Amino acid sequence: MRRFKAFVVKEFYHIFRDTKTLIILFGMPIVQIMLFGYAITNEIKDAKIAILDKSKDHLTVRLSDKILSSGYFQLSEYLYSEAEIEEVFRKGEVKQVVIYDKQFAQKLERDHQAKVQILADATDPNTANTLIKYTSSIINSFQQELAFGNPTPLTIKPEIRMLYNPNLESVFLFVPGLISVILMLISAMMTSISIAREKEIGTMEVLLASPMQPAQVIISKVIPYLILAFSNAIVILLLGYLVFGVPIRGSLLLLLLESILFIVMALSMGILISTITNSQQTALLISLMGLMLPTILLSGFIFPVENMPMPLQLISHLIPAKWFILILKSIMLKGTGILFFWKETLILVGFTFAFTFLSVKKFKIRVA
Amino acid sequence: MTNLAIKTENLTKRYGSLEALKGVDLEVPPGFLFGIIGPDGAGKTSLIRTLATLVLPDGGRASVLGHDVVAEYRSIRNKMGYMPGRFSLYQDLSVLENLQLFASIYDTTIEKNYHLIKDIYQQIEPFKHRRAGQLSGGMKQKLALSCALIHEPEILFLDEPTTGVDPVSRNEFWEMLEDLKKKGISILVSTPYMDEAKLCDMVALIQNGTILSVNTPAEIVDSYNTPLYAIKATNKYQLLKDLKSYSYAASVFPFGEYIHYTDQRGLNVVEELKKHLEANNHSGIEVVSIAPTVEDCFMALMDEQV
Repeated sequence: MRRFKAFVVKEFYHIFRDTKTLIILFGMPIVQIMLFGYAITNEIKDAKIAILDKSKDHLTVRLSDKILSSGYFQLSEYLYSEAEIEEVFRKGEVKQVVIYDKQFAQKLERDHQAKVQILADATDPNTANTLIKYTSSIINSFQQELAFGNPTPLTIKPEIRMLYNPNLESVFLFVPGLISVILMLISAMMTSISIAREKEIGTMEVLLASPMQPAQVIISKVIPYLILAFSNAIVILLLGYLVFGVPIRGSLLLLLLESILFIVMALSMGILISTITNSQQTALLISLMGLMLPTILLSGFIFPVENMPMPLQLISHLIPAKWFILILKSIMLKGTGILFFWKETLILVGFTFAFTFLSVKKFKIRVA
Repeated sequence: MTNLAIKTENLTKRYGSLEALKGVDLEVPPGFLFGIIGPDGAGKTSLIRTLATLVLPDGGRASVLGHDVVAEYRSIRNKMGYMPGRFSLYQDLSVLENLQLFASIYDTTIEKNYHLIKDIYQQIEPFKHRRAGQLSGGMKQKLALSCALIHEPEILFLDEPTTGVDPVSRNEFWEMLEDLKKKGISILVSTPYMDEAKLCDMVALIQNGTILSVNTPAEIVDSYNTPLYAIKATNKYQLLKDLKSYSYAASVFPFGEYIHYTDQRGLNVVEELKKHLEANNHSGIEVVSIAPTVEDCFMALMDEQV
């Protein structure tokens, strides 16, 4: 036991004396949640637009007001001729131009039909798409306003495909994904690197030559990372709650227990990686390419699994983070209990046993 | 057999197509300071790692303190101290922390076995709060040795402990080994430096995975029976070339500022050599008949093998 304690303490020394490790361990979770929470969002605020109003009647003015007061758009300038449109786009500031037909109100009242042309700067297709959707939905709601108490339907031709999820909801979705990515990173990557480092600098040779059992070496090595990963999970949950108001609707205890399960799973994965590598570089590469990328891309963290082609969907079943994200979303956002995700939990338990079994089988009690 | 500290029979080890050990037979009596000497790639590390239970042999048998290295590796690991070739302690831990860690790994304390490491550790104790990575080569070796000794091992495996260490520290290190031997610890030490052979009780010369000879340093020197000459001249390079092409030459090795030379004729040929060299326009000629050193013997042995 004394042996064990000394070893855990030694591992903490390694972590706290290496600035790079410290930055990764404590800086990254905070930076990532801020990045995902604030910067990496699909929502656009205050996009600059220009308006070319060829009609200038009471309806176009009302519609313009409505567009500009939505919060999504900011008026850059009014245009007076079509020739100005290209010029204004070229300057690059203006992302969208709204053009009203001549005699807009007159046409609408007489023919029950009028046109609004929306031009978007599609050099950034995502932004353009989003802006067009915003505008369309504003026009649509304007049309309904006009139609209210009017016997004949009025048509301002916009196409509405879907309503945008407001900013807050995307953070809700990011937080569970982020927790899994960071836990994966700290647990799997850091353990595999730290074991590989012992091999690289030759201390593993000395440890093997000692009467210490390999299992003791491994367990005392992962305990500090278990503690650190767990405290990181708590930091992310707290940040999510305090800064972005991400709720935890279900049982907090259950959430923490599931997190520990996932951390143990990731640790066993890290140990497995370290049994097949001898250098920190390889361990890092394998963890990054083999764990991080699939975790980010295939777990449903950023891209919904349902939208992937069949082969990728099948592969995603093998990504432990996918199941953990489902569990987290159920607890945090839906507030459901273990009855709703006992299958996912069992799958994680299964992964843990599989990885532990494999690493015990592969772990060498000798150098070669 | 159980009385021997180390016994190997026809021990073989291969890495892919490379045969690191080709049937090594070795018997090391307990309480000996036993040296394994050979050039780089001779198989020294493979032999030590096999004996230290870190590498599985491909064939043959080996036992340490009467325990088989494969079946009873646990018993051996409890009783041995091992110092690998490169410095392998935790560079980011201090001297004291390293020592404490190794003490706890072996379930002991520094205080309990302080008497064993006292002489060695006292030299680095003033730096005990310094990180191990910032120590000099000699100090690192002392720390590593202290760590290998902290659990009172019965046998000590040292893989090239003096490689890359300055000459003063090397001498100190050998003095420490001598002291440890007096405490009853069997020591197996490998080294590429032939001049260190004379400091061992017994020496095995290893080359290409084969043991060439096992002997005491004195016996090795005694077995050398051809007259040996040390020759010196102003133009050393030309001298070496001329001696090698001399029709009576048996062996020619550069040896510091001298060239060590043996002659096929077996007589005292000092005068003949001087004449021959003068005829070849050498100046500052010096030819002395000398007693062989262990190194000369090894050079001769290794020369026979090639």
